[in-house]
Amino acid sequence: MVDTPVAVAPGKATSTAAVLGRKEDGAMLGVSRSSRYIAHAVLILGIVIVAFPIYYTFVASTHTLQTILRPPLPLLPGDQFFENYSEALFGGVGRIGGVAVSTLLFNTMVVALAIAIGKIIISILSAYAIVFFRFPFRMVFFWIIFITLMLPVEVRIMPTYKVMSDLGLIDTYTGLTLPLMASATATLLFRQFFLTIPGELVEAARVDGAGPYRFFKDILLPLSRTNIAALFVILFIYGWTQYLWPLLMTNRNDMNTIVIALKKMISFADADTQWHLVMVTSMLAIIPPILVVLLMQRWFVRGLVDTEK
Amino acid sequence: MATVDLKDVRKVYAGGVEAVKGVSIAIPDKALCVLVGPSGCGKSTLLRMIAGLETISSGEVSIDGKVVNTVGPTERDIAMVFQNYALYPHMKVYDNMAYGLRNRGTPKDEIDRRVRDTAKTLELAHLLDRRPRELSGGQRQRVAMGRAIVRNPKVFLFDEPLSNLDAKLRGQMRVEIKNLQRSLGVTSVYVTHDQLEAMTLADVLVVMNGGLVEQAGAPLDIYEKPASTFVASFIGAPPMNLIALAGNALPEGTKLVSPVPPSAATLGFRPEDVELADAAHDAADGMDLEAQVEAVEPVGAESFLYSATGGGRIVVRVPGRAIAQPGDRLRVLVPADKLHWFDQAGKRVG
Repeated sequence: MVDTPVAVAPGKATSTAAVLGRKEDGAMLGVSRSSRYIAHAVLILGIVIVAFPIYYTFVASTHTLQTILRPPLPLLPGDQFFENYSEALFGGVGRIGGVAVSTLLFNTMVVALAIAIGKIIISILSAYAIVFFRFPFRMVFFWIIFITLMLPVEVRIMPTYKVMSDLGLIDTYTGLTLPLMASATATLLFRQFFLTIPGELVEAARVDGAGPYRFFKDILLPLSRTNIAALFVILFIYGWTQYLWPLLMTNRNDMNTIVIALKKMISFADADTQWHLVMVTSMLAIIPPILVVLLMQRWFVRGLVDTEK
Repeated sequence: MATVDLKDVRKVYAGGVEAVKGVSIAIPDKALCVLVGPSGCGKSTLLRMIAGLETISSGEVSIDGKVVNTVGPTERDIAMVFQNYALYPHMKVYDNMAYGLRNRGTPKDEIDRRVRDTAKTLELAHLLDRRPRELSGGQRQRVAMGRAIVRNPKVFLFDEPLSNLDAKLRGQMRVEIKNLQRSLGVTSVYVTHDQLEAMTLADVLVVMNGGLVEQAGAPLDIYEKPASTFVASFIGAPPMNLIALAGNALPEGTKLVSPVPPSAATLGFRPEDVELADAAHDAADGMDLEAQVEAVEPVGAESFLYSATGGGRIVVRVPGRAIAQPGDRLRVLVPADKLHWFDQAGKRVG
């Protein structure tokens, strides 16, 4: 028993290193073999630490409530996968008024998309105005936008809530998304990008007969697409993980976002909580952001590092 | 197709800086006018005012007889070639060239025909599907030219279009621009700080300094009769030798056979207008001065002798291989008709 891991470990390590070494010969030039082992060991350790809780959640989501409540929880997935997931997705969860997780997913998707897209549209247009147009109090407007950066949502949450409830927007998608849309960060990001666009390009477009609208549509928008993609990923996740604002803005269970519903599903008394469904909901809550990141990864990275102009 | 007239045009920036201080130029139809001058002389500002990219503080700019002071760049019917080409990076060469036509609502088949014709003229036909970043500097330059030509505008404006190319390519493109401009017969304004480009391209050469026109005219007239010491030292390479006269006295080692005009304060002569003489030979007229060679610059077809005289350092141009070595003494003769005289203010005398 003592000998086995010692004998196995070097063998495993060699094969991993051989594969990685071949792949990254050029990039890793000049890095010694041992430091490469250490680097990989650190990386693997990091992945294990991050991924294990997620794996354990998945394992728990495939067992019955009884199995979960009777420690220790098995380390391997159980046989309740289809039962648990279909019950949560389509059957409705008792503790949140029998709303199905599919409804929650839909709500959260609407909220996250509306926040991401709305923020991008508003901020790209304000940045366009601030950078390319000369109008009175231009810098005043810029600084007002900039100052809002220093006030997080939480600070102005009471007045915002009052406005939204006076407008009768509690339990609506509008109420959930509108206050989160105006974004100083995204405006500043677009402003910085627009400032790098050479003046000659703007003038060439003017000589070519492109008015403000055409210039925006034909030149600025295509040039910003990597920035837009990167921003979309960040903002989608920001919208998806919103907690405080949806908590205030929703009373009806069928208007909950998945994060709020998850909180409501957990009771103080352990026996009340349907842990298997909580685990399923957690898993389902992770998947869309992961998909967005995976699908947009290439664009995301290009948007963050791209200098091509 | 069009004339361009500037009448006492001024540009004052918001901060009070006066970039152009009253310039009047008349550019005839089909002519290529080159604005040349050191950086900050207002030549680019002037060009941008003709383009409509810069507002006109006072004065009048007219294209084809119509005052266009308040008309936008699109309606002026001009095309501009920028220093950094300003190609749309995300568009293919074809779309770069077609964009201006599309914005004017030209029919699709007409656009296609014109883009392809222009591409053929500029030898760009095989590059139409490329993006600007996949092109070399020279090819980008051609696309920028093509984008201007395809529109068939009244006036071409060039803002130092060759300054980003290497010397060899610059020479080629210079000839090409000249031929193209002549064959298309489009009135053009060309800004450069390179006097060689200015001399070779211009029908009308305008030398600017400090926001004002120093001299305007045919390139060779300016070369032969520079109106001021500034023009004399700016046009021609190496520049004209200028020797200051202390009062009316000549520097040491200098003999003048010809009379000195009464108000002259500076005399000048071109490096190529001299004759090297041995001691026995005497000057029939003009100037005779002694010089000591300090450095020799052979460039193949000719050599430049940088020499010290009583009146300061001069350059002498001799054909072929240099006959002198650093340290040699020279006798430099300049015929009377090759001497230029300038007054105290630097203006030409006589």
